Amino acid sequence: MRPFGFAGAQAWDWPRWDRRMISRLALDDLALIRGERRLFAGLTFSVGRGEAIALTGANGAGKTSLLRAIAGLLKPATGTVVFEGENGALDPDDARGQGLHLLGHHDGLKPARTAREELDFWSRWMGGDDDGVAKAIEAFELSALLPLDVRRLSAGQRRRLVLARLVAAPRPLWLLDEPMAPLDAARRARFGALMADHIAGGGLIVAAVHDPLPLPARTVSLDEVTA
Amino acid sequence: MSALRALFRRELSLAWGRGGGPLFACAFYGGFATLLPLASGPEPQRLATVAPGAAFAALALSSLLSLERLFERDFEDGALDLLALGAPLEATSAIKCLTQWIATGAPLALLAPVVAIALGAEPRLAGLTFLTALAAGIGFAFVGGVGASLALGAKRGGVLVAVIVLPLFVPPVIFGAGAVDALAGGLDWKPGLFLLLAYVLAAAGLSPFAMAAACRNAMG
Repeated sequence: MRPFGFAGAQAWDWPRWDRRMISRLALDDLALIRGERRLFAGLTFSVGRGEAIALTGANGAGKTSLLRAIAGLLKPATGTVVFEGENGALDPDDARGQGLHLLGHHDGLKPARTAREELDFWSRWMGGDDDGVAKAIEAFELSALLPLDVRRLSAGQRRRLVLARLVAAPRPLWLLDEPMAPLDAARRARFGALMADHIAGGGLIVAAVHDPLPLPARTVSLDEVTA
Repeated sequence: MSALRALFRRELSLAWGRGGGPLFACAFYGGFATLLPLASGPEPQRLATVAPGAAFAALALSSLLSLERLFERDFEDGALDLLALGAPLEATSAIKCLTQWIATGAPLALLAPVVAIALGAEPRLAGLTFLTALAAGIGFAFVGGVGASLALGAKRGGVLVAVIVLPLFVPPVIFGAGAVDALAGGLDWKPGLFLLLAYVLAAAGLSPFAMAAACRNAMG
């Protein structure tokens, strides 16, 4: 059974993700330095299709920075981030521009704009269409929130508005930073089911978390590689 | 392409509201134009000789007002990260400056002939004043965008933007006011206009690369 009552199989249909599909993300001997501080060094792991990584570590261990480095927004001090498709390595700019979602604490929502405007814009920016937006609204029960200004949303509502992009614009690799934190119990369960769905459809997830992910996931701890 | 169109619409709607938007800039411009005659004494002829130049200088200052927020809000709330992921920052920066021009530069350009005439310029100069102010507005928006992106992450970014950008606003002020002055004096006004357009072209062509580099620097 599909947890969200929409035709999930269609949304996660593999061929729609076309040739820029990421089928494997590989990090090799990665080190990150922020300012004077070395966050970690020698981090090596890879994620393949249908795999989820739970990224753990103490506050300030560099989980958010690692996600931003994977997304190409931070330059690693050493090491490489490689995106591989079905036929070998992908162009990193293409892979990042078309193949991944990055959802962090800084959600980029503008307080003075309505939820509808923000959802529409970001979905389209990520390559979604009207169809996808409609699905996302249904999946995250957003219809009542749409006319409201973003500043009037609660933290959990805001997060749902952000997570909706995942459905509105299907992309293979999800980089999530504490995705569940502000959600209520019922919505955590439903989002867990959505992540499981994504994995089942061949997606990849790297999620920075403090609580265990509600789906089978490999744990990568940054505490072990902290220099 | 539809992503860039969506960005254009977003930026336009943000630009209308940014730092009070066009209303604030126009009110500042109008206020400046009211202060100048009060400060310069009771003889209107004295001001009339410098009216086009004064109108242009005030235009440059008014264009500064909402620049500070051009990149800063997106930088602070994480939107710039996501914008950088989706498309080249060069294109995003160019769209930001274009919408800044539409939302602030164009209304100011409409006001420019009114201000010039109010300061004592002849009404026949209104057309050229509008045209040069409109063109100069593109230069102000793009060059201003470079200042705004360089000031990302700095405390008191607004002051920094003004300090970086004002010297770069000198050429369009000279060329624009010069063209209008030339027309007022019965001289050939085209060289001034062409020099202004050359400046605008160079600014619009080069500054997106500078803005993108500055944004990447601030984000990394």
